[in-house]
Amino acid sequence: MNSQTPITSVPVLEVRDLVKHFKQVKAVNGLSFEVRAGTCFGLLGPNGAGKSTTIEMCEGLLTPTSGSIRYRGEPLGPRYRERVGIQFQSTALQDHLTVIENLRFFSALYPVRRPIDELIALCRLEEFLDRDSKKLSGGQRQRLLLAIALVNDPELLFLDEPTTGLDPQARRNFWDLVTDIKARGKTIVLTTHYMEEAYLLCDEIVIVDAGQIIARGVPSQLLAEHFNDSMLEVPAAEAHKIAATGLAGVAKGETVEIQTADVNGAVAALLAGGVSLAQLRIRPRTLEDLFIELTGRGLRE
Amino acid sequence: MNGSLRRIAAATWARSLEFVRDRSSLGWNLVFPILMVIGLAFVFSGPGQPLFKVAVIAPAEAKLDTSLHPFLGTPQVQFYREDSRDIALPKVQRHRIDLLIDFTAQPPQYWVNEQSPKGQLLERLIAGSGGEPLVRQATTGKEIRYVDWVAPGVLGMNMMFACLFGIGYVIVRYRKNGYLKRLNATPLRAFEFLLAQLLSRLALILIVNIFVFAACRMLLGLRMEGSYLDLLIVVALGAFSMIAMGLVVSARLSSEELAGGILNVISTPMMVVCGVFFSMDGSPRALQIAADFLPLTHLLSAARAIMLDGAGLSQLGYPLAVMGAMSAVYLTLGAALFKWRQD
Repeated sequence: MNSQTPITSVPVLEVRDLVKHFKQVKAVNGLSFEVRAGTCFGLLGPNGAGKSTTIEMCEGLLTPTSGSIRYRGEPLGPRYRERVGIQFQSTALQDHLTVIENLRFFSALYPVRRPIDELIALCRLEEFLDRDSKKLSGGQRQRLLLAIALVNDPELLFLDEPTTGLDPQARRNFWDLVTDIKARGKTIVLTTHYMEEAYLLCDEIVIVDAGQIIARGVPSQLLAEHFNDSMLEVPAAEAHKIAATGLAGVAKGETVEIQTADVNGAVAALLAGGVSLAQLRIRPRTLEDLFIELTGRGLRE
Repeated sequence: MNGSLRRIAAATWARSLEFVRDRSSLGWNLVFPILMVIGLAFVFSGPGQPLFKVAVIAPAEAKLDTSLHPFLGTPQVQFYREDSRDIALPKVQRHRIDLLIDFTAQPPQYWVNEQSPKGQLLERLIAGSGGEPLVRQATTGKEIRYVDWVAPGVLGMNMMFACLFGIGYVIVRYRKNGYLKRLNATPLRAFEFLLAQLLSRLALILIVNIFVFAACRMLLGLRMEGSYLDLLIVVALGAFSMIAMGLVVSARLSSEELAGGILNVISTPMMVVCGVFFSMDGSPRALQIAADFLPLTHLLSAARAIMLDGAGLSQLGYPLAVMGAMSAVYLTLGAALFKWRQD
């Protein structure tokens, strides 16, 4: 859902030459980007790319080694925390508190509060309001953490790998929630290593590897810029027949991938070569392919 | 409500709910100290001490034997030297010793507690021993049993553990599991968070110990000479200072094992040198100085003064001032050293 929000509005967040070095590791090496109001901005990359370090600096929780971060043109001040909402990758909550008690507690910490009933409806918490937060499923827990991130009605929301570890159903539900929140005009900064998530939710992305940005743009445009072809996937059992057709196939586990700009021609060639098309899959190129193209390795390697 | 107060109140409430709902640990906090006091009362109430104990004040060169007076040859009686009547007489009054003989007085005197059967028995032995007649001086006073003396010690020690470990472990656990990091992303400040932890712990410890004290007083008939309000104030200040001490330990650690080790290193000496089980009177000077730096020493001396001697707050300026100063120092140090996240 790449709504074509014009990338001309005022930047809510402006990051310039951001660097963070820990004792042993150079986690972030000179990142610059801008996040526009009302958009969902994605930081993509494999584990260890520096996404979480970057987002924590943007949240004001880590101090950069050098570089600047500005919120609405101003350096992050002491009141910044009152205005933003944060959902960490994993957060423990206090034991023995119910969902509603957790919401009330976090709500009380902020000067400006969104009515709790609204939060409950927005994040669909009605069914387990009185349950001990320890006894929630993964998806329910992430919804509670999202609600907690929204208690102060922030205009800027940070989501750090919000769906990591969720089952596909729970992940889809969460994406629906984020889409709702975006529709209410919130600005979102999201990190993920799920390319599908980024493609669905983000208006603009940067792909980060080893602490540096290796690509940036609107996901669909990025793909269009880098790829003018599609990918055909045929079961590996047909590999010898494919070789005979003269098409260049690359074995990938159970399947052979054929990269082609001329899908009709390729399918015709496969048919002519007697390749069974019963399990043929034709898919457009993904951000995952782009990452491999740019770095020569997979996202989860 | 002011923002800071609202945040402190919310955090205090949340932490208290967590503690109260942890039924097993709450139950343990209530039952354990009562069992401990009762157990000690049994262990220390039996025989094992000499039948009679008599303090003697005599010129330095005199030996405590029959050359001083034939009574000093009485078997089954332990005679020991005391330096002044001011120190020895209260012991007669509290039945800690059975008789006091003062050979420095002219003529020599003996002091007996008219409420002590053992004292009256010894009086007859003096009369029958011959020798120079001793002038009778009578005093009175209710017996202070060992259990009356040890109960404040045991309750105080238990409170010390509840203060140190209760706050120390919880904060270290919060840091380890990332809850502190989450709180750091809110407007809650370190000082507010720590104060909330402290207040919640303090309130719960006071409530629990009021029950424990009431139970011990009912079951053992504990002596209580002073005012309950004074005792509550002393106990609250003592607990506050020990919780603040726990805050310092937990300011940076994110390993429960290390925190446990350090807390043991602090609490074990406190158990030994602060006079929980035995009076530190007559122990080496260095130990007494070390004990002076530990809050439990002052809590126990003040609580015993109230419970055993009926002292009022005006007589307890020194322990109160020391505990107040310790609280301030530990709290400041704890807040200054505090870290939200693990390294």
